[in-house]
Order: sequence, then C-alpha cells, then structure tokens
Amino acid sequence: MVSFSAVAKRYPGGKAALHDVSFAVEAGELAFITGRSGAGKSTLLKLIPAIERPSSGSVIVHGHNVGALRRAAIPYLRRNIGLVFQDQKLLYDRSVYDNVMLPLAFSDHAPNEAARRARAALDKVGLLAREKANPIELSGGEQQRLAIARAVVNRPALLVADEPTANLDAESAARVLDIFVAFNQVGVTVLIASHDRGLVERYGKRVLQLSEGKLA
Amino acid sequence: MKAWARQHVAAFRSALRRLSRPAGVLSALVIGVAVSLPAGGYALLESLREVAARVTLEPQISVFLRPEAKRAEADALGMALRADPRISAVRFIPREEALKQLGAVEGLPDVIASLGRNPLPDAFVVTAAGESLEPLAAELAKLPGVAHVQADTVWARRLTALARIGRLGLGLLAALLGAGLVAVTFNTIRLQILTLRDEIEVSKLIGATDGFIRRPFYYLGLLQGIAGGAIALGIVAGIIALLNREVRLLAESYGSSFRFALLSRDDAGAVLLLAGLLGWIGAHLSVSRHLRQIEPR
Repeated sequence: MVSFSAVAKRYPGGKAALHDVSFAVEAGELAFITGRSGAGKSTLLKLIPAIERPSSGSVIVHGHNVGALRRAAIPYLRRNIGLVFQDQKLLYDRSVYDNVMLPLAFSDHAPNEAARRARAALDKVGLLAREKANPIELSGGEQQRLAIARAVVNRPALLVADEPTANLDAESAARVLDIFVAFNQVGVTVLIASHDRGLVERYGKRVLQLSEGKLA
Repeated sequence: MKAWARQHVAAFRSALRRLSRPAGVLSALVIGVAVSLPAGGYALLESLREVAARVTLEPQISVFLRPEAKRAEADALGMALRADPRISAVRFIPREEALKQLGAVEGLPDVIASLGRNPLPDAFVVTAAGESLEPLAAELAKLPGVAHVQADTVWARRLTALARIGRLGLGLLAALLGAGLVAVTFNTIRLQILTLRDEIEVSKLIGATDGFIRRPFYYLGLLQGIAGGAIALGIVAGIIALLNREVRLLAESYGSSFRFALLSRDDAGAVLLLAGLLGWIGAHLSVSRHLRQIEPR
C-alpha cells in the first residue's frame, strides 16, 4: 500500500528532514509514527500525497512512484488518500455538511448519492446532528472528527493523519483514535503520526519511531 | 446529468454568485464604462459615416457660367466638355432647376421670393475621369463663359479623411481600453483567488484538479466581461438618446432627419462577445499566474 525505500528529504536552504528512511505499510494495516517535534513525522506524511517530493529514494503509494508523478496526476492520487491534519483545514464560511460535501464536488456521484455519502460519513463520526452548524461552533474534538468525515467521504483505501490528537484532551483524543481504529477494522489502511507515544502504545499496533529524520 | 456537466453548472453558478456581490458589480461597472468609450465612439462615427456615404465622393467639379451667358453659349460649352477625354460625365443644371432645388431647402423660399429675380447662373457638374482635379479645374475656369469653378469633393474628402482618423483613434482607444479590461479582470480574479486561498488549498489537498479549481474563475472573467459589455451598451444607448434630443432640433433646422443611430444588433453582439473574450483572457492570465502559487503545505 505504502512503501518508502531509502527516502531522503532536504528542503531548499539545506535543512535535511529525512535520511535513508525505508519501511512499508501493508494494505489493511494500522501503523503509528512517533517522534519528538521536528523529528520528521510531518515531512514523512507529506511525501505520501505528494505535498512534498523526496530528494532521493522512492515513495510508492497504491503502486505509483510519487516522486515521479506528473503534476496533473497528483489530484487523482490524493482522491484515494484521506488526509487529516492537526489544524483540520476546515472551511469556516460553510456548514459542517458542506465541508464534508467538498471532496464529492469533483467526484462522479449523482447529487443524491453524494448527499447520502456525506450524511453517512457524518454519522460515522457522530456529527450528523450538527450538519447545519458552522465548524467554528464545534469543539476541538468535533472539528477533528469533522476533518475525518471529510477524509473518508470518498471511501479512500488509505487514511493518513498528522497529529490528529495534538490539541485535544485525553477523552477527545481517545475518541478520535477510536474512529481511526474503527475504519481500520473495515479494511482501511491507516497511518497516524503522533508525538504521544504513551497514547499510541495503548492500541498495540506497529509503531515507527522517528528521530532526527531517521527511523530507529 | 454527467459529472462534468454538473461541475460546469456548479462553476457557472458559483461565478454568478461572485459576480452579484458588490465587488463583482463594481468591476463590471468599471469594465462597462471602459468599453462604452470605444463602443460609443464607434456608434457616433458609424452614424456620421452613413451621412458621408450619401455625399458623392467621385471627383466632381462644378462649373458656374456667367449670369449673362446665353443658353447657346451653355450648349457650346457643354459640347466642348463632353468632347474632353479627361471628363467622364457632364450634367447640365439650368439656373431655373438650381433655384428650384434651393427653394426646397427649409427657410430659404421666403428669402428667394424676396429677391424678385433668379440670382443663380447655369452650371455644369463635371465628373473627372482621373483623380487630379485641380489642374482640370484651373483649365475649365479659363473657358469662355465660365465665371467660377469649384472642386466639390474637397470637403467630402476632408470629411472622409477625418472619419478615417477618427476610426484609427477609436481603434487605438479600443485596444488601450481592451488592455484595461484585461487588467481589471486580472486584478478582480487575483483578489478572488486571494480571498479563496484557504478553499483552494484545501481543494488541492483533497484531490481537486487544476481545471476544477480554475473553472469558476474562467466563468467569472467571461461573465464579468459580458456584464461590462451589456452595461457599456446601456451607457451608449443612454448617451445617444440624450444627444439625439439636441441633434434632432439642429438637424430639423437644416431640413434633415439625421439622428445618431444605436449600434446594430450585430455590432452589439460583437461588443458583448469581445468584452467576454477579453474577460476570459484576463481570468486566464490571472489564474495561470496566481493559482500555481497556492500549494498545500
């Protein structure tokens, strides 16, 4: 599903974020990436949907070498990856429902089917009753769940989350992680970056430890 | 409905919504005022061109005989003119007919009646075979019985030359304001892109193609241009209606029914089409330049 082979990433200006990173995540697996702030977790996750390109090595996602993808092909790669960010990247000029509808705007689904999918995604994260609310009215945990609903509405085979629990209290964080686990149990491959090693170890899943850009 | 058609309809509606906001309306107004200048100038020049077209532009010379010249002298002169190879046509206008024509001009019958006699001479209207009128006119002036010679087309040629300069000026003005229209659209779309930066970034993150993101902006540029063109046509129609109130009075005093005409349906369609096209070009330039700068980080 996701395979990194001798990946290095150096940003313009010379800062090296990743060195010789190699690992693979199989289809249907749930894996955590942990490490301190600045360890390279976000950079690693950004390589998967081609937000960043590797400086060397190869990143294979869904069988495609991300580093060699043409610019025009990137949107189609991203449609098969559900992305969740620490800052949620929600749109606050529209309702909860419209935020979830956003990825469906460029899908081939008929309007009725799109609406059904959006409500189903909101239902899965427990936000169906808040569909008309503005995201600004939601708590931090609810906003993160809304971001998850948007990420899964197109039913991607791969979910990638960067510090989805970073700003949440323990209860909200556990609820958010439980949602990821639930998606993983129905076959979705999940890769989550978190600095909270204690939290992720509770789930008994594979943990990749990043330190100064290298896998431990 | 197919997905692509649904997306186009959604993009079109989104562009209409943005156009109906105050910023969109103001931009369309600016474009309308800019387009109204060349469009209005064109409408006025077209009206004048129609008047100029009624005036013969053939190289003609009016040859006026001495008032005391006898009809036999006029006939002899007519034969000489017709025999001249430099002359392609000769038309004799007897003094009685000239007076009749003059009497048809509004306001003059009373003046003519007060004269008590016909002050007009017999005349020939000579059409030259070539372009060079002045040497021929000078020679005709020396013929026996001739009192005065006038090359009639000089003023008409001047009018045509002035109209040509006017059209050239309008063309340059249109090009300049067309560039202005593109610039206004470019800036409007730039501001829209900046306003929607978050939405564009999120859309790119979740898999929107460049085409999907660009589409509403292209529609906005096109619609803004067309709206500006429609406003320009309204402004031109208003100005022509106002001008015609005064022109009607002036023209009637000369016995003329002249009025400035509105742009024809074809010309109005061309204004809308061109304004829309320039709006689309402005949007294309702006989108190409600014969308690439917004990438998810």
